Amino acid sequence: MKEFVRERKDYKSVGKSIPKKDSTQLLLGKPVYTEDITPGDALVVKLLRSPHPHANVLKVNREVALKVPGIGGIYTWEDVPQKRFSIAGQTYPEPSPYDRLILDRRVRSVGDPVAIVAGESEKAVDKALGLIRVEYEILEPVLDFRRALDNPVLVHPEDNWIPHQDASDAKRNLIFHEEDTHGDVEKVYGDCEVQLDRTYRIKPVQQGYMETVRAYCEIDRYGRLHCISSTQIVFHIRRILANALDIPKSMVRAEKPRIGGGFGAKQTAVCEVYPAFVTWKTKQPSRIVYTRQECMTIGSPRHEMEVRVKVGAMKDGSIRSIDMHTLSNGGAYGEHSTTTVGLSGHKSIPMYTGGCEATRFVADVVYTNVQSAGAYRGYGATQGIFALESAINEIAEQLQIDPVALRLKNIVREGMLMPAYFGETANACALDRCLVHCASNFGWNEKYPVRDMGNGKVRAAGVAMSMQGSCISNVDVGSCTLKLSDEGTYNMLIGAADMGTGCDTILAQMAAEVLDCEPDRIAVFGADTDASPYDSGSYASSTTYITGMAAMKAAEELREKICKIGAGLLGCSVDEVDFDGEYVYRDASLATAGAPAADGVCEDASLAGESTGNSDNGDAPLAGSAADCSGSMQRVSLAEIALKSQINNRISPEATATWSSPVSPPPYMAGMVEIELDKETGSVEILDYQGVVDCGIPVNPNLARVQTEGGIGQGIGMALYENITYNEKGAIGENSFMQYNMPTRLDYKNINIEFETSYEPTGPFGVKSIGEIVINTPAPAIAHAIYRASGVWLRTPPFTPEKIVLSMQQGSEWEAPDLRCWS
Amino acid sequence: MFISLTLNGKMIADLADADMTLYAFLRKHHCYSVKCGCETSNCGLCTVLLNDKPVLSCSVPLGRVSGCRVDTLEGLEEEAGEFIGFLAEQGADQCGFCNPGYVMNIIAMLREIPDPSDEEIRQYLSGNLCRCTGYESQTRALRNFLNARKGKTEGLDLDAKVYGEELGKRFSVLSEDELLRSISERAGNAAGSAGAENPTAGAGTPMMGGGTPASSADGSGTTAGPAVCADSSDSTSGKGADA
Repeated sequence: MKEFVRERKDYKSVGKSIPKKDSTQLLLGKPVYTEDITPGDALVVKLLRSPHPHANVLKVNREVALKVPGIGGIYTWEDVPQKRFSIAGQTYPEPSPYDRLILDRRVRSVGDPVAIVAGESEKAVDKALGLIRVEYEILEPVLDFRRALDNPVLVHPEDNWIPHQDASDAKRNLIFHEEDTHGDVEKVYGDCEVQLDRTYRIKPVQQGYMETVRAYCEIDRYGRLHCISSTQIVFHIRRILANALDIPKSMVRAEKPRIGGGFGAKQTAVCEVYPAFVTWKTKQPSRIVYTRQECMTIGSPRHEMEVRVKVGAMKDGSIRSIDMHTLSNGGAYGEHSTTTVGLSGHKSIPMYTGGCEATRFVADVVYTNVQSAGAYRGYGATQGIFALESAINEIAEQLQIDPVALRLKNIVREGMLMPAYFGETANACALDRCLVHCASNFGWNEKYPVRDMGNGKVRAAGVAMSMQGSCISNVDVGSCTLKLSDEGTYNMLIGAADMGTGCDTILAQMAAEVLDCEPDRIAVFGADTDASPYDSGSYASSTTYITGMAAMKAAEELREKICKIGAGLLGCSVDEVDFDGEYVYRDASLATAGAPAADGVCEDASLAGESTGNSDNGDAPLAGSAADCSGSMQRVSLAEIALKSQINNRISPEATATWSSPVSPPPYMAGMVEIELDKETGSVEILDYQGVVDCGIPVNPNLARVQTEGGIGQGIGMALYENITYNEKGAIGENSFMQYNMPTRLDYKNINIEFETSYEPTGPFGVKSIGEIVINTPAPAIAHAIYRASGVWLRTPPFTPEKIVLSMQQGSEWEAPDLRCWS
Repeated sequence: MFISLTLNGKMIADLADADMTLYAFLRKHHCYSVKCGCETSNCGLCTVLLNDKPVLSCSVPLGRVSGCRVDTLEGLEEEAGEFIGFLAEQGADQCGFCNPGYVMNIIAMLREIPDPSDEEIRQYLSGNLCRCTGYESQTRALRNFLNARKGKTEGLDLDAKVYGEELGKRFSVLSEDELLRSISERAGNAAGSAGAENPTAGAGTPMMGGGTPASSADGSGTTAGPAVCADSSDSTSGKGADA
């Protein structure tokens, strides 16, 4: 058979916008989510939560609460295993410290759980929660993350705290420290004609997934723990639950149905350990469903970061040095803390590789007594890019150089080596084309000059760029199993999690490209640790790039096996046949000497039946005597091959492929925004948002476009509306959708997204990634436009009307007081 | 409390707690399309039709619907079937968790306003939150549906635009050189007529004195921002605290 090769221009399935495989089920509201498919009579699990940011639990009086009819159990720190673990969904050995217990005697933030209550009904559990009495020894908290390092108050003083990074030191409240230097930054910065030194802050914004975190647990028919949860990471859930319960990993099975949005939040096992503990203890099914308030106050939001940027440039606009220092607030526990912070530098600085002589990135992450942070789309890059892109815009405005022209002078271009990006080369990079294309679509030249509308309103424009990665290089593992099934259809088994993004569909598109069929012919299943091949899970923008390659390789391998079985039926050597998606056929051009030329074509299935019959008689090898049917049989259909695979067959009609990548090719994007700012009220209206994305080859352009529009929507929310304020105990005020203002469809319009392709040689069909990069441009672009309209640089989103008006009045950024810092 | 109502065309009667919401009752009666996203009547996921009017079932006490007609998506699949294909075509379903409430409200909208404008669509559906899509694909899908229903075959926005040599489709409106030339021409014009490109130009802008590009007409970076420098010293002191 011929090796599968296809020209990019001839892709049949990749690059086509087809509906998602689950679209009809989802749009008709069929029961496909955790709460829909698990039994309603499971024990209801809820948590009693600490009102204090830092305290020791002295006594929990549960006697009265246990008398509530229907209460199955009330558990406290004395009842749980005392081995620490992490709930971060990351590859073992997790970079996050093992700093959690299911319930801890020490509570470390408002909302930390003190007791687990399980009962037959929500009413009974609620009543019991109100009857538990807890005595606390109240401790002084450390709430201000700028004062946490080496603070005498320690968040994790315990002896059994286990770090997985050398740079972690709980005795200093230090979760992680990192430095990455290329060239002599101090010297180059000193030599520069223009030096800019600014500090930016990003708040712990919320993912805002519509389905709150939830999980169901039961004991399966083999006595193992079976967890069905709304998660992006089934295989990590298996390990996390086994670690938490201190039971063998073989005793756990984790499964995800459809997920109502994740955006990274569900890359952490926020709630799974609690029902798992209850079910393991009682052997009864149990279910936990977090309230929105719980998700907003004790979930797993973006890391709050303060990023100091020093940029050295020349008057002609060439950027010579970038020096970034990020301070990140891990909160009470260290999930994703050691890893998110790196992206703030590694995935912002390399955008200015062209001509930059020296870069330095230094990072610290600290523990504090507030809600712990986790993974959110962008994963640190969002914070770093807001800071660096804002700083670049500040430089451009200072120098009175057009910010698009300044960027084109300094950006990374295809073929450049990026020292600040782990020394990787930009093999596929259309950032330059994205900028030009975006400027053209946007009408940059017309919109960049500030226009006073004469009615108290001003129109202005801003620009920003963004990059991300396509996986965690040398770590992420993606796998795909493909099986030939009845009638020549296929089954695809994956461990990656489609959280609405459409990975089930685009992975089928990639396999269909190789198997020369419609993606409809491939039924996709995912994800279940007992059935799916291993996959790290859906995060780090890795599914298309990593699991996609696994899907492509599995399809190639299955193609070979189909040819092999087909050749057996045709009674010839596998070297003489090829597969066109419908038939395995003898190809005269491939035929070895002596094989007859392929003239007539036999479509009669009975002939294939005959040949099957022949083999049926004994254990004769499939590729047996060519004489049986050579000359009469020239092709055999996929359905016949599928049938043959089920009768007297020794060739497995399935293939599993696994993939990892030594590199993480960045996607790139340019974004431009036009706003109208009301000078009287400070309100900002988004009039136009143009984005052009280089995600390599988009596998499904419409799905890639929705990803981008959704990411920009979240980015606009972060920039303008979504605020987080703390009270003096470090509790979050915006604890529901009443206060936490996610954008509605009235808050923006005219988002237009287009794509510039590049071909990434290490990705399947030239793909890179799309999921995360799309959230990064709005905040810096909008800050830029607000400066153009108001004359004030705002360096801490959200840019609320109140903030804009007060900042304009005082001539510099106005900040609401941070009550955490008063203690 | 005894309750009877017509659910998706069928009479049902049941005993229920007096504090039960319509949302909980519907889930109990296997209407799993009805979802809860917020508990504070902000998200629109639990939208059902109560006597043909869209309501948030999480905020309707069950007692109030006694004798009423309640319709959920389970009973309106055919009506939804007219337009959901257009949503699927755009990939606007995404995670799907908000879809049922959104689809219910579209049904209500189309019954009330048979041919809504984009602005009317945004207004009517503004109470249906979606975190995945950024809404644009949903509006596009409805526009395509309404156009297609009117027999319009042109102007439908069906496919995202992809350009690149890899696929033989070059974006050719503007080259990098042309863009840079037009930028420098504009900047030249702006320099000619002083302050034309000044971001703070225009009377009545409540500006501080320094720190804006207006004051740094000589273009030298170092003179560009007394006010901005003041910010910088603020942030430096903030930084000092953790060092």
